[in-house]
Amino acid sequence: MMGSENLDSEEAHMYASREEMENLVLDEPSNNNNGTKSFSDYRSAMSSLADTHHPLSSPMAAPADSDPLLTPPPFRDFRNPNVATDNSSYIEPPSYSDVIFSPFDENAVNEINGVDSPGRSSDSSGFLSKSTSSSSDYVKITVSNPQKEQETSNSLVPGGNTYVTYLITTRTNIPGHNGSEFSVRRRFKDVVTLSDRLAESYRGFFIPPRPDKNVVESQVMQKQEFVEQRRVALEKYLRRLAGHPVIRKSDELKVFLQVQGKLPLPTSTDVASRMLDGAVKLPKQLFGESVAVAPHEVVQPAKGARDLLRIFKELKQSMANDWGGSKPPVVEEDKEFLKKKERMHDLEQQLSNASQQAESLVKGQQDMGETMGELGLAFIKLTKFENEEAIFNSQRARAADMKNVATAAVKASRFYRELNAQTVKHLDTLHEYLGLMLSVHGAFSDRSSALLTVQTLISELSSLHLRAEKLEAASSKIFGGDRSRIRKIEELKETIRVTEDAKHVATGEYERIKENNRSELERLGRERRADFLNMLKGFVLNQVGYAEKIANVWAKVAEETSAYTREST
Amino acid sequence: MEQQRSSSGSSHSPRSSSSQPYLSISVTEPVKLGNGVQAYISYRVITKTNFPEYQGPEKIVIRRYSDFVWLRDRLFEKYKGVFIPPLPEKSTVEKFRFSAEFIELRRQALDIFVNRIASHHELQQSEDLRTFLQADEETMERLRSQETGIFKKKPADLMQIFKEMQTRVSDVVLGKEKPVEESNPEYEKLKNYIFELENHLSEAQKHAYRLVKRHKELGQSLSDFGKAAKLLGACEGHALGKAFSDLGTKSETLSVRLQKEAHQLLMNFEEPLKDYVRAVQSIKATIAERANAFRHQCELAETIKLKEINLDKLMLTRSDKVGEAELEYKELKAESEEATRRFENIVRVMNEEIVRFQDQKTQDMGIAFHQFAKGQSRLANNIADAWRSLLPKLEACLS
Repeated sequence: MMGSENLDSEEAHMYASREEMENLVLDEPSNNNNGTKSFSDYRSAMSSLADTHHPLSSPMAAPADSDPLLTPPPFRDFRNPNVATDNSSYIEPPSYSDVIFSPFDENAVNEINGVDSPGRSSDSSGFLSKSTSSSSDYVKITVSNPQKEQETSNSLVPGGNTYVTYLITTRTNIPGHNGSEFSVRRRFKDVVTLSDRLAESYRGFFIPPRPDKNVVESQVMQKQEFVEQRRVALEKYLRRLAGHPVIRKSDELKVFLQVQGKLPLPTSTDVASRMLDGAVKLPKQLFGESVAVAPHEVVQPAKGARDLLRIFKELKQSMANDWGGSKPPVVEEDKEFLKKKERMHDLEQQLSNASQQAESLVKGQQDMGETMGELGLAFIKLTKFENEEAIFNSQRARAADMKNVATAAVKASRFYRELNAQTVKHLDTLHEYLGLMLSVHGAFSDRSSALLTVQTLISELSSLHLRAEKLEAASSKIFGGDRSRIRKIEELKETIRVTEDAKHVATGEYERIKENNRSELERLGRERRADFLNMLKGFVLNQVGYAEKIANVWAKVAEETSAYTREST
Repeated sequence: MEQQRSSSGSSHSPRSSSSQPYLSISVTEPVKLGNGVQAYISYRVITKTNFPEYQGPEKIVIRRYSDFVWLRDRLFEKYKGVFIPPLPEKSTVEKFRFSAEFIELRRQALDIFVNRIASHHELQQSEDLRTFLQADEETMERLRSQETGIFKKKPADLMQIFKEMQTRVSDVVLGKEKPVEESNPEYEKLKNYIFELENHLSEAQKHAYRLVKRHKELGQSLSDFGKAAKLLGACEGHALGKAFSDLGTKSETLSVRLQKEAHQLLMNFEEPLKDYVRAVQSIKATIAERANAFRHQCELAETIKLKEINLDKLMLTRSDKVGEAELEYKELKAESEEATRRFENIVRVMNEEIVRFQDQKTQDMGIAFHQFAKGQSRLANNIADAWRSLLPKLEACLS
């Protein structure tokens, strides 16, 4: 179907844009931008990686600690022999397994059956880290075994802080990793760090959003349920990361998955150093000296204490954009992009709505199953009662009828519940894509903040030039030159040069992000179409299959009680 | 669909006026009359019969719910031991009193009620039935308003009254604390059976009612989901958009189907279960009647013993009160025999009735089960067909 070629070209594209990036920052020695390190590493990683396509959470990786939803015990009874044996979570409707499913579709069946991942199918992968059956490499991540550990150093609270670590196991056959299976222990803080570093390095990409932090007290952390929920969420998150064609090859992720011990990524809560940085810069900023924005800084948006002046300038710029009469020097002219942005917004709204209604549909099916089951049980009790107390044959006959109805009701109830479990998995695609909208927002805001930086620098440059002109004009009036003014002009010229460099870098960054946006939008569109079509097919097949089963159950009872209609009139 | 339309012969057609005796009744055309709090529903009751006691082959009268209640109470009073067919409840919730569903359910239940009476070999002879089916509206109104005291009470209330009476009487006459009851193990078993049966049936009926609600709710959520799918489709466009749109349309179609099934379920499954519960409650009223008759018989027996002792005493003392006492004794003796006869009649009738009841209920429930199963099977098939029709296009999109 799809996938291979498209991803190839997409990756080639990213490769190209990354190369550009490297050329720009190659001369910049300082390394407080993680991106630099990562980019050069990408190069090496890229060259060493042979086959870099679809992640495949394949059926081969045994779902040892998989979601209980996938392998509920009763399902095994109904396993249809036509279905791949490793899957036990989907009950094939007999009529369909004979007629509709061809060998090719067996894969589709596996995918619908939610092998391994929360139920979505599709031969295209990426966003939802699904399985494909066409390629041979895979990255499979499992999160398990939560353990409580003690905070060793500088615990202000006597008795120490405890936190939970999770065992993260990766199985992969992609060369370039250290072996095919490895495990590390990580805590949630590490995940936050990973997520923050990725956000910095991959501006413009649709980076899967990480699970929420919860402002938890240690008591809540004890709760088994919470830890379990978090475990599931972490697993989903990491799998999604591994499913993203670009991010799965990132250094950050590799390091996170492989390096034992402390996570060797700078944490965002490194408050001390940031403060120090900001404190050094602040006097200069306060005295209004033209502290040029260093080129390496412009590849990140302005934030925190260290970028005070830059924040101020960019804020000024954005206000000028909004309220100023003149058009900003560079605008978002890409009309197509604006259209797409509008569409994304629209899509998000409809996804949210559909997601809600899907939930209420699921509830409706669940309730139906429950009540049907309760009805069945009530009739079973009645049957037992009538049989025990029977004096007349009419009572025994009635008890027999009731038993048939009761049995059918209980069976139907079970079918409703199975139908629903599958429905949840299929419609989950809606929820997943809704969650993805967050990363789209992130990517778009990367773009707008990069644009703002460019605009700010351009304004800055023009005002610097203006000052230089004025100084030169004033200086030229004095015969022989004005030493102090000349010195100032020289300084200004230097500042202008640095700022030009920064503008160049910032523009490059902006273009890079634009390109990332574009390719990601295209990938999103492609994969979303595939995923949704498969979701619809899976949903519909599921409904048909179970409706047929339920119909059969009741048809039997109708047959068994058909004598009564002949008797009445 | 009407159940229990069994008349005492062939169906309600005038052509069979020759051979088989028939009495067939239709309760139709509910019409809201009156205003505000006084508003009520009236029904057209059409009787077709060849019974000689009736005024003609066909008669149409207008009746309201309280007329049916009058009939039930009269029959209960006159035909002790017979399990009088149950009436639908008086509605308590104002909101639903005039909902279409409620009105239809009640009409159906009243129709069944009156036809059950018409097909009961004893009850069909009732003069009160003839009055009910033939009297003009003014006469009916007069009769209805004449009913006072005990007849207006529900069977449950009757039971309560009898319990109180019996406690008082037995305490006074016999100086005992415990109420007098039959010591018939088979009958005890029957009573326990009836009481327990009511519990089981109520539970089943409760779940059946909930199932109706679930159908409605699922229908609603399918409708909402369908709308959302269509909107999402409009947003997506192209093949995917069309797929969503088709899905949405099918969802909405199925929503309508589910609402229809909910209605069928209510009329043909939940209502018969409710009817079953009511029938059991009616039997409980008869049980109370029997208990009352039994105690009455016991009291008289005791009273007679005392009178005998007294009489002998008087005869020994050659009192001039002997004549009076003898007369009293004879009267009491007659009364006692009457009471015994009445009690024994109730016992006999009840034994017949229980057989009839069990047979009828097996029949009624058999039909209800069949309707239920057929309905569910049809619904599921409709659902399968609807979703299946989407598959070719989806397959085409994916290939």
